[in-house]
Amino acid sequence: MLIADRLIAAAIMAMSAYFMWHATVLPIGWNGMTGGPGGGAFPFWLSAIMFVAAGAILVRSLRGKSDYAGDFFDPETLRSVVMVIIALFVTIALMPWVGTYIALPLFLIWYIKIFGRHGWVLTLCLTIGTPLFLFFFFEVTLKILLPKGLTEPFFVPLYAMFF
Amino acid sequence: MNYTFARRLISVAAVAVLAATPLVAEEWKPEKPVEMVIMAGQGGGADRLARLFQSIIQKENLSNMPVLPVNKGGGSGAEALRYLKDKSGDNHVIMATLNSYYTTPLRTDIGVNIEDFTPIARMALDTFVLWVNADSDIQTLDDYVAAVKASGGAWKMGGTGTGQEDSLVTAMLEKEFGIKVTYVPFSGGGDVARNLVGGHIDSSVNNPSEALGFYQANKLRPIAAFTPTRIAAFPDTPTMGELGHDLVYWMQRSFVAPKDMAPEAVAFYTSMFEKLNASQEWQTYTAEKALLAEFLTGDALQAYFLEERAKHDALLKSMGEGS
Amino acid sequence: MELFGHMMDGFATSLSPFNLMIVILGVTAGLFIGAMPGLGSVNGVAIVLPLTFIVPPSSAIILLAAIYYGAMYGGAISSILLGIPGASTAVATTFDGRPMAQQGKAGLALIAAAVASFVGGTISVILFTLFAAPLADIALAFGPPEEFALVLMAFTTFVGLGGDDVLKTIIMICLGLALSTVGLDLISGQPRLIFFDQPGFYSGISFLVLAIGAYGVGEILYTIETSKSAPSVTPARLTFRELGAGLREMNKLWRTMSFGSFIGFFVGMLPAAGATPAALMAYGLAKVTSKNPDSFGKGNIEGVAAPETANNAASTGSLLPMLTLGIPGSPTTALLLGGMVMWGLVPGPMLFIEQPDFVWGLISSLYTANFAAVIVNLALIPVFVWALRMPFTVLCALVLILCIVGGFAPSQKMHDVWLIAGFGVGGYFLRKADYPMAPLVLALVLGPLMEKSFRQTLIAEQGNVFAFLERPLSASFIAISAVFFLLPLLKYTRSLSCAKAA
Repeated sequence: MLIADRLIAAAIMAMSAYFMWHATVLPIGWNGMTGGPGGGAFPFWLSAIMFVAAGAILVRSLRGKSDYAGDFFDPETLRSVVMVIIALFVTIALMPWVGTYIALPLFLIWYIKIFGRHGWVLTLCLTIGTPLFLFFFFEVTLKILLPKGLTEPFFVPLYAMFF
Repeated sequence: MNYTFARRLISVAAVAVLAATPLVAEEWKPEKPVEMVIMAGQGGGADRLARLFQSIIQKENLSNMPVLPVNKGGGSGAEALRYLKDKSGDNHVIMATLNSYYTTPLRTDIGVNIEDFTPIARMALDTFVLWVNADSDIQTLDDYVAAVKASGGAWKMGGTGTGQEDSLVTAMLEKEFGIKVTYVPFSGGGDVARNLVGGHIDSSVNNPSEALGFYQANKLRPIAAFTPTRIAAFPDTPTMGELGHDLVYWMQRSFVAPKDMAPEAVAFYTSMFEKLNASQEWQTYTAEKALLAEFLTGDALQAYFLEERAKHDALLKSMGEGS
Repeated sequence: MELFGHMMDGFATSLSPFNLMIVILGVTAGLFIGAMPGLGSVNGVAIVLPLTFIVPPSSAIILLAAIYYGAMYGGAISSILLGIPGASTAVATTFDGRPMAQQGKAGLALIAAAVASFVGGTISVILFTLFAAPLADIALAFGPPEEFALVLMAFTTFVGLGGDDVLKTIIMICLGLALSTVGLDLISGQPRLIFFDQPGFYSGISFLVLAIGAYGVGEILYTIETSKSAPSVTPARLTFRELGAGLREMNKLWRTMSFGSFIGFFVGMLPAAGATPAALMAYGLAKVTSKNPDSFGKGNIEGVAAPETANNAASTGSLLPMLTLGIPGSPTTALLLGGMVMWGLVPGPMLFIEQPDFVWGLISSLYTANFAAVIVNLALIPVFVWALRMPFTVLCALVLILCIVGGFAPSQKMHDVWLIAGFGVGGYFLRKADYPMAPLVLALVLGPLMEKSFRQTLIAEQGNVFAFLERPLSASFIAISAVFFLLPLLKYTRSLSCAKAA
């Protein structure tokens, strides 16, 4: 837990430094001519405060003044969390390529059948029902088109039918 | 029954005649909903106008597929321009533009050349008027210039974001009259008008549509118009030209398409906007809102864009915009 | 009683069978749209706006009012059930609504939200009816300094409340404010913090993306980890008896709800502010004035009622500057404004004089829509609560899908979906290390308003920092902020001295 606390504080410090570097593209000082702070001032100084505060947390934890005990991650469930994160990222990466209506059902099948160990009936109901709901709710009703990727041509007759 | 049938026959005939002139127009039709990218955020003047077009298209049934507005207003339209660049060859994307169509690529290098895009149609030119609060003593342009000079640079001119149209008009004013104002940027034209009425700023260069409501309630006073001839809605407001100052500035409202859009598709959209331009709703709207419905398409429009780009380039350079 | 006559005419039209059907349809549709994370009244209004040219104008107004109200009610539903604020106005609702749902009191929380919304809506519509015209002038008095002071006040009502690690709270506030500066710097017109040259950052980081990521995805990852191998199902049941008990419970909350309504209406009326600061301030005030402030954030029903009355009251209040000044206070009212322009109405000071039929027709539609919304909402609560009884693994999968699609829908960019995943994982780590999420999200919502009004003031006043204190309205707001900020310090020192004395 202590190590994780330090690592996170260090990561925040690194991120603040990155923000500060980005913010310097615009003036960060108090510009007398235009009256008031420059365009980079807010992000720069806020990131600086963030940097200092994260540094203080780091120092505090190095002094050992921490009441945390035990592991940061629960070793039993860490694997599940990592698997869900990977599945989520793979799904998002697939969306623009093979389309929403392939990527999301694949995710559902994986999650409900393989990860959740539910029966096929429930899995299939949801894998078929969800895209149908998405299509009719988002595309037909709300007129928000979801990414189709490779599957675009298959939707042309559907558009002709519903729009 | 007979009557409706006859009417339908006439309208069919009318469509046929319309279609016969540009032969290709009837051949291509969008096969999926058309994305209408808006170069501004939700709620602004450009957004409202784009949504007006969408509803007229829907009402008059000008397109067999719905036209769906999508706001991509990030970075003064930089986001929309980059998006359109990535959509090269797509027949189902059009973009509603304003003057940031040329100013944004001029001010920051975003890797977009507007010459690549396909021009579709210019729908209107929006006008600019110099406004002050109706409670102020300023009645004429001379009063105005005197007041600004007397303030010693503390005169608060409100407008949209720096580098956008209002700030360019302000820069033109400063240059022409040799005055110096404090430019306070706001996030939208409506916001500017309200702050002017509330007395938080001293003047603005709002589009008439943004200030019309307040004008009718006698809260704002137009001083001069940045147009070559008087605006019909403000017959008593002189133009800058009449007062001996060659200051004219327009906000264009046009549609463009990505690079390499199929010519049939271009013809479809062009004729769609042509019909839109002829519609009753649009003509009433432009008259009421003091817009100039100067329709322009094709190569003439592209030439117009390039000419405007060159003008804005010179204008931005003279403003010393580099930082 | 010219006003009364107009109202009666309005009611007569809004109560015709066709219009009643439209109201119920609109409210139901709005409710579902609002309940979907990522979608809110903006989407609802955007879809129906073109439809309003087909139906008669009076029905069109009613349909819009119904969708508007339905979506406002619906926003609380995802906040309570899933812990994902569907709109920025519903952030404050998650603070106590989510804990209540986790304790199996989802039904009660939903009832509280519905009733509170109804009360907020009703009180504000009455205020609107009585004072619409004179109040418009107050909105005009609000310039950049007042806007800044108001946002500062909304902020301090929260900062002063924190019970978490101070350093971590500071980090989260700064992170939220820094993220809020991503995109375009309005004042200089230059892009800034465009990370990795991704064009998606040009439009900044939307509140929804952060909320869906940190609250939606992050929460799910956290629950997966803590739920171990035996997936726990949130126990939630709702019977008619409990419904009655819930309504009686609400009877005790009159003070909170009336406070919330007034704050909501007045803050919502100010053009720049809108419903989000209103909801936050109502929550802060309810906590400060409560007898046991420590129970807030742990499932106190007042913590649901206060922001819900306020945000509904504010959405009515925000119609006021739209109608009387032609200034939209929110994207939704901006769309409504566009609609009015298309119907040939000129919003502005003359509207009340020239188009009384429209104005009072709209107001009576608001009454009807509010009434229909509370009934439809209460009737649907069992359905929503039932959804929570799904097996955990199924619920998680569906919520993740909603997060992805709901994150994509508003901007239609895959960029935002990636950000959601990123914020989800980042938020999960931060939450495990006890970093509070609420200040982060709040800072992101209020940050842009704060920076903009601060810098506008300084430019207009030639860099004079004391400009904020020279104007009576902004000075008093700043004074109140100072009190809010110092209050916890005062309490802390007092508790220290008490401890010493004992």
